[in-house]
Amino acid sequence: MSATGLKISLAKPRHVLPGFSLSMGFMLFYMTSLMLIPLAALVIRPFSLGLDGFWTAIATPRVLASLRLSFGMALLAAAIDAVFGFIIAWVLVRYRFPGRGLLDAVIDLPFALPTAVAGIALSTLYAPNGWIGSLLIEHGIRIAYTPWGVLVAMTFIGLPFTVRTLEPVLSELGLEIEEAAATLGATRLQTIGRVVLPMVMPALLTGAAMAFARGAGEYGSVIFIAGNIPAVSEIAPLLIIIKLEQYDYAGAAAIGVVMLAASFVMLLALNGLQSWAAKRR
Amino acid sequence: MSGQRTFKRPTEDPLWLKLVLGAVALGFIAVLLLLPLALVFREAFAGGFSAFWKAITEEDSLAAVKMSLMAAAIAVPLNTVFGISAAWSIAKFDFPGKTFLVTLIDLPFSVSPVVSGLIYVLVFGMQGWFGPYLADHNIHILFALPGIVLATVFVTFPFVARELIPLMVDQGRDEEEAAATLGASGLSTFLRVTLPNIKWGLLYGILLCNARALGEFGAVSVVSGHIRGQTNTMPLHVELLYNNYDYVGAFAVAALLAMLGLVTLVLKSLLEWRYADELAAAHRH
Repeated sequence: MSATGLKISLAKPRHVLPGFSLSMGFMLFYMTSLMLIPLAALVIRPFSLGLDGFWTAIATPRVLASLRLSFGMALLAAAIDAVFGFIIAWVLVRYRFPGRGLLDAVIDLPFALPTAVAGIALSTLYAPNGWIGSLLIEHGIRIAYTPWGVLVAMTFIGLPFTVRTLEPVLSELGLEIEEAAATLGATRLQTIGRVVLPMVMPALLTGAAMAFARGAGEYGSVIFIAGNIPAVSEIAPLLIIIKLEQYDYAGAAAIGVVMLAASFVMLLALNGLQSWAAKRR
Repeated sequence: MSGQRTFKRPTEDPLWLKLVLGAVALGFIAVLLLLPLALVFREAFAGGFSAFWKAITEEDSLAAVKMSLMAAAIAVPLNTVFGISAAWSIAKFDFPGKTFLVTLIDLPFSVSPVVSGLIYVLVFGMQGWFGPYLADHNIHILFALPGIVLATVFVTFPFVARELIPLMVDQGRDEEEAAATLGASGLSTFLRVTLPNIKWGLLYGILLCNARALGEFGAVSVVSGHIRGQTNTMPLHVELLYNNYDYVGAFAVAALLAMLGLVTLVLKSLLEWRYADELAAAHRH
């Protein structure tokens, strides 16, 4: 490690602080053994049947329907969370009213409540004899045990992401631009829609992307309310478990690889969004 | 305000807009977030306190509580040590590939919990890489505590690390370098210089890690085997009772988990409010 060469720029930097090899070594060992090797096992598995085997495992109507449901509903839920997340963050940051701190803390409930708890609560709430479900069934609307139940659960689980990414950005936003807009004759709604909203758009998209990623992979809060009817309200993570129970490891891994690939894409997209947001500041 | 002429700031929303947006926000939060929470406690105590108490002190429920606590007691310290190592090497040293590493640490958050469990089945399951070897030597990883711990470790992987990394990057290296120059050993530098600086952030990370460890469902569900009274954790026991139409029992255990979540939420808010300056920048709002 000592600087042996005279060319300082080429020599390895000498660390003043101790513990580099210990902490770095432990971190890399831990990540490799617990994360990278198991992930490799997943990625390799479906191709044990060859590329054709992978496609035949994925391209069945039931698997495709479950992927469409998981990703489609997650996208819809992320859109709903974006709209209401913006309104909620705006109210929490800009308005002063008693109980604001409490309301702000409540936003984290979907993070704090274990998913199974949220799942049985939502299912009971939206069931035809539940508090909300019984009101809706009078109008012929069924939520529980239909794809709409999946949407409700994903919206629930994703809301904190949009609110929490918007809040700091909204509170840091200077008022000068809004004042300028008002001076130039914009109404308050015009200012919010055409001045504030574009400025917080990177944060809003970041939050929505996080909500989408979480919703697409979500299991616990969804399965109780979904009803799990094959090809109708059966989400992709559940189908992985069903395939495992049938000892179809390759089939389960094939769906797992598709979901993992989607996670990677989302992670890259999020990094892109964040650097865009940083540039906009 | 009273009696005097009020000057309305141009950046203030008109009253009607405040009322509309406030009502929408409050209504959405009440229906989507608060109603489910209220329902959990309503159902748990539907048969009175004695029914609730009987449900959570029943033998299988206690076994589930014990299983959850054991899994968390192993997973949380492991991830704490990992988080500290990761933050120490990333914040205090320069090396190539750092950004990639930080992104990789966050990966478990964007992976579906079911996939998190699946990867261990593919390594340790009967058709997995080490499955036949483990079976020959009568070592149980899946459908036993080690599998549950592994799945829990994976899903709670980033909590401590992602809290400490930005915090320690923010704090820089000056204090530790000063301590090292003055002859402090590595361990005493960490214990007496770094640790006091990061203690609230560390606690914050551990708190969230622990809550998730006790509440994890999807990943654990894949590896546990659902053996009642043996490998069921609390969330899995909730599912089992619910699917057996034992609603009082299911909601009683669920209420226990919900209380845990609420305590975590209160402590978290308290930390954010009291020690805002000593937490990672992401939480200062």
